[in-house]
Amino acid sequence: MSEEKVKGPTTTGHVWDDDLQELTNPLPRWWIWGFYITFVFTVVYWLFYPAWPIGSGFTKGVPGLNSITYTATTVDGKEVEKTTHWNMRSKYMVEMNELHAAQKQWFDKVAATPYEDVAKDADLMQFVNSAGKTLFSDNCAPCHQAGGQGKIGFSPNLTDDHWQYGGTYEEISHTIVAGRQGYMPPFKEVLKDEQIGQLANYVLSMSGEPHDAAAATAGAALFQSETAACYYCHGADAKGRTQMGSANLTDKIWLWADIPAEKTAEAKVDAVKKIISGGLARGVMPYWNERLKPEQIKLLTVYVHDGLGGGK
Amino acid sequence: MNFNHDKIERNLGILLILTMLAISAGGLVEIVPLFFIKETVEKVEGVRPYSALELRGRDIYIREGCYTCHSQMIRPFRDEALRYGHYSLAAESKYDHPFQWGSKRTGPDLARVGGKYSNDWHTQHLTAPRSLVPQSVMPNYPWLATTALDYSDIEKRMMALRTTGVPYSKTNAEYERNVKEFGETVAKSLHIPDAEKNLIAQAQLGNYDTNPDNITEMDALVAYLQMLGTLVDFKKYDDDYFVKFR
Ligand code: HEC
Ligand code: HEC
Ligand code: HEC
Repeated sequence: MSEEKVKGPTTTGHVWDDDLQELTNPLPRWWIWGFYITFVFTVVYWLFYPAWPIGSGFTKGVPGLNSITYTATTVDGKEVEKTTHWNMRSKYMVEMNELHAAQKQWFDKVAATPYEDVAKDADLMQFVNSAGKTLFSDNCAPCHQAGGQGKIGFSPNLTDDHWQYGGTYEEISHTIVAGRQGYMPPFKEVLKDEQIGQLANYVLSMSGEPHDAAAATAGAALFQSETAACYYCHGADAKGRTQMGSANLTDKIWLWADIPAEKTAEAKVDAVKKIISGGLARGVMPYWNERLKPEQIKLLTVYVHDGLGGGK
Repeated sequence: MNFNHDKIERNLGILLILTMLAISAGGLVEIVPLFFIKETVEKVEGVRPYSALELRGRDIYIREGCYTCHSQMIRPFRDEALRYGHYSLAAESKYDHPFQWGSKRTGPDLARVGGKYSNDWHTQHLTAPRSLVPQSVMPNYPWLATTALDYSDIEKRMMALRTTGVPYSKTNAEYERNVKEFGETVAKSLHIPDAEKNLIAQAQLGNYDTNPDNITEMDALVAYLQMLGTLVDFKKYDDDYFVKFR
């Protein structure tokens, strides 16, 4: 700023602390014009977008200037074309239409291809793997972990070839659509502590863990007896029933009793005893048919079966 | 009399009054019309006020500052719909005082988290998030599962919300009105004189913290999380039904 301007006569007129004065130099021209242009902009905005509240409603912009056309799906599945004024939600409809159009060829192909053939089609499988990974991360990974390896005490491993509820495409799909909830009653009221110990030893013996042989023999008899009736749910061969998700007790895979982490034979027996006496009701796999669309569920089914591997 | 800058700036009282007038003009123009616009609140079935237990859960949610990392507002954008589900409706938070929309997302949006996970998962996740999601930056809240829920003032909490217009019922007439509007089951859960009884019943039946022996803060918080975004059944509406409210 030049010396003359400061000395010039254009001040607000009042003086503070003897000699402090406030200048009233005009604002720069470009700034003033910018200010006026915002006025013009708002008027244009009112013409194009929902703006002024009036009574119980609001102005929706000038018809014709701001119309937007999208395809809607009605409750009974009919597709209808609609035109309305621009707003966030009609714009959203257009965005979703575009997304649908972009993915349609892939989803249509997945829907039309029998499960078995999807895995054989390399291009299609590439789509399943990339879309499936996103869906899995957003919805399943917090329980089944990022790679589907599961977590003892919470959720089963989906990458191995052991399936509590069955590993065919149809069974996996049913698991995802309707959810699963494993239930085993508590036995602490029905059985004596000694009997529970014998059963635990028998259960451990079946998967080759250290155990007391005499107790295990007594446990085997109890397992098949009407008193404990373990066979009723786990099957006489103790391999489990996929209809109810009762665990296969003959393999080395554990979901609830953390046998691999227990170091001593006593601790392993205690871990199994705890399950038998307390029962199990924590195994809740949520249902997804309201959160995910049928085509997404089909895609996830193939992703779990072939992408993560181990499907039957 | 010349009423100029000089006068205003030297007179604190006038300066204060004029400043307030200038600011409230903007506020009034923006806020007042919102009290009268009815057309923007969607007409949907199913939205109801919180039950006593859920309400306590919501208060704990606010007390713990969950909103500093979580929003409850799914915006009408494609990427949000893909991750979180249907965009949030104004009607869905009409009984929320204060609403929990938020704009800070360190963690995911929670507007539709209800039913996504099991009670067991929520209890474990709130106690120790990293035990389930190794890369999580969410704090541990281990005291929720061990602190008994204080529900001695539940009636007062509901009365306070009733004052702001939430239809909790105090009298029989109000109860009957709720039966007409929400049906009997919901109306019962909104009746203030039965609040304590209802809260205990819901906590015992739901067993949200997977420990049936006591009612903890975890029970309340999980009950709240499990109902978020579950009230409106979107299958009942054309997928563009909500466009006309904007
Ligand atoms: C009503 C059916 C039922 C009965 C009876 C039953 N179980 Fe189970 N059991 C299950 C189910 C279902 C699971 C799996 C639960 C889940 O995953 O959610 C299970 C799981 C188990 C597990 C845990 C396995 C693991 O991977 O950690 C053990 C051990 C077990 N049962 C032993 C027994 C014994 C011993 C008996 C007899 C005293 C018995 N069960 C009786 C249904 C039953
Ligand atoms: C709240 C945690 C949770 C979430 C989220 C979850 N699951 Fe599960 N899932 C479980 C539990 C727990 C079980 C075992 C149920 C039981 O033992 O009774 C299970 C079982 C399964 C099974 C059956 C495994 C078998 O051995 O038969 C499949 C398949 C599966 N989940 C897939 C998925 C997919 C796909 C998703 C995402 C859409 C998903 N899960 C989301 C907890 C979860
Ligand atoms: C410091 C920020 C922070 C705070 C505070 C916080 N969270 Fe989180 N939250 C996260 C992050 C990050 C995630 C994602 C990772 C995970 O699942 O742990 C998350 C995930 C979640 C999820 C799972 C959401 C989903 O869809 O997967 C729930 C439910 C949740 N938080 C509830 C809460 C509650 C209730 C509180 C208050 C008691 C809370 N959070 C406080 C950061 C936070």
